[in-house]
Parts: sequence; structure tokens; C-alpha cells
Amino acid sequence: MPRPTPDIPNASMADIAFLMLVFFLVTTTVANIKGLSIGLPPPPEALPPEDIKIPEKNLFKVQLNSFDNLLVEGEPWTGSNQELTDAVKKFILNNGRDPLSSDSPEKAIVSYKTDRGTSHKKFIEVLDVLQKAYYDIYADQAGVTNDKWREIASDPKKTPEFEQLYEKGREGIPFAISIAEPTKVGG
Amino acid sequence: MPDVVFMLLFFFMVTTTLRDTSINVQQRLPEASQMRKLQRKTLVAYLYVGEPKKVDQWGKEPKIQANDVFIQPKEIIQWVNQAKANLDESERDQLTVALKVDNETKRGIIADVETELRKANARKLLYSTNPKREEF
Repeated sequence: MPRPTPDIPNASMADIAFLMLVFFLVTTTVANIKGLSIGLPPPPEALPPEDIKIPEKNLFKVQLNSFDNLLVEGEPWTGSNQELTDAVKKFILNNGRDPLSSDSPEKAIVSYKTDRGTSHKKFIEVLDVLQKAYYDIYADQAGVTNDKWREIASDPKKTPEFEQLYEKGREGIPFAISIAEPTKVGG
Repeated sequence: MPDVVFMLLFFFMVTTTLRDTSINVQQRLPEASQMRKLQRKTLVAYLYVGEPKKVDQWGKEPKIQANDVFIQPKEIIQWVNQAKANLDESERDQLTVALKVDNETKRGIIADVETELRKANARKLLYSTNPKREEF
């Protein structure tokens, strides 16, 4: 007579599964690589000497001093961040309408200067505002929302549709935020 | 059955490495709304900048941490070359440096890091940020 096969208790199966689940939830670190993406200019020695004069009207000057005070086009900025984004957008898309503002989006340059004493927090806050202006413009031109645009720009080669939208959004408008070497007043 | 559960638990506790580097500088990341996501995690190298956590041992001056050690700005070129050596030849120019910089750090030290990165030809940069809580 064969011996009866012993039963495997299955009441605790759920407990085990749950325990493992909790364990993996706790130990898995979600890689959070999100942030503001910029491209650095080539090494200092590889750059041609700076004798190219950019007309004043094609420059939008944003400055932060060592006390984190914001200067826009030489004047202290009192408006909100959204207003600054709008001002940058207006400058880039001026297309020669206002003779004192930029000639065309290709020629427009947003110059962003900081000081060695500026805090990183403020630097990021203002950089965020400036980048928003460009991303909004690209998104508008491609006919998508800002969130969608940033998703496309993060990986333009993902699908042919993305590639097409990316081309459409970027057309004729270079991403021209120039971050200058900080001045040495503070810090 | 509890024995099995404990065995599993111990097994994973022993085999799983929680994190390969412990960060020894303050990391209160700034907030931003216009964030972009990096796709290829293998192509990212991290630099941590901030005030050391152990102030009595390392002082209050902000420091740069790469892997497990504090480095001087001058050593960044070497560090970049090491990071590039770990990648496939075709992917070396796609290396992105993620700068995790504490809120209170001054621009000065970050600018020094950027200058070295330019020299090392690692020009893709990402300032790590947290999502902004309120709409601006």
C-alpha cells in the first residue's frame, strides 16, 4: 500500500509572497535620473577668440548676483517667474517686430550670467524658467503640450512620429541659452 | 514554514546590495518643473556636490564626491576617462554626467566642475532636481 503523499501547507503561501514583495519594494531603489538637461560648450582652448559682436538687441540678459538678486536686461526683476518666461518667449519670437528686440529666433540668444556666490537653488530656479520658455515654444510649434514635448525631446528616436514632431518643433529655433562663466564678486 | 520564510529572508538580505555608494554630502536637491528624463541608465555617471555630512571630519566647505571618495576638481578629467572606459567605444560620446548638487552650494564650485567637464569632453550635463510641488 503506497504511503499517502504529504500535503504541502498552502495557507502560508500568501504570507511568503507578501514578505518577498515587501522586501523587494523596500530594497529596490528607483533610479531617479530626472533633471534639467544642458549641453556644455567645447573646451575653452578649442573656442575661437571672441571677436564676434552680437548686437545688443539679439541678447536677452539674465543675471544673478551673489545675493541671489535677479537682473533682467539690466533692471531688477520684480515680476513673477511666469512673467519672466513670457518675456523670454516674446523676445525669442519677436522676429523684428520691435526694433529693440531680437531679429529672428535663429539670432536670439538668452544670456544667463551668475556669480560664484549665487546659490545653486536660485540658479536652478531661474534656469527652469528660461528653459520653460524654449520648451513652450517648441511644444507650440509641434502642436503638443509642454509635458509631451519634454517626453519627445528626451528620446526623439523612440518612434518615427516622435522624430517627426521633434523636427517640427525645433525647426528654425535653436536652443540658445548661453550660460556664462560666473563672475567672481562673491563666493 | 516559518523556517523557509526566514531562510528566504536571510538569503536576500545577504545577496542584495542595497546601494553601491553611500553619499557623504548633503543632498537637498533643488526643485524644477521642466525636467527631462534620461533614457539609458548605463550612460550616466554621478557626481555629488555639497557640504559634507560629517562636518567635524571634513569641514564645512562643499566637496565633490565621485563613486565613494571626495575628489578635487582637477581629478574630474581622470574620473570621466575612467567612466568612459567602462562604456562601449560607440557610446563614449553619449556619456551624461548627472550633477546632484545640494541647494545651498554656491555656483563657484559647480562652475569649476563644469570647466573640468568641458576639458574632459563630457559635455552632456544634467542637474538633478526634484519635481516642483506647486505650479508657478
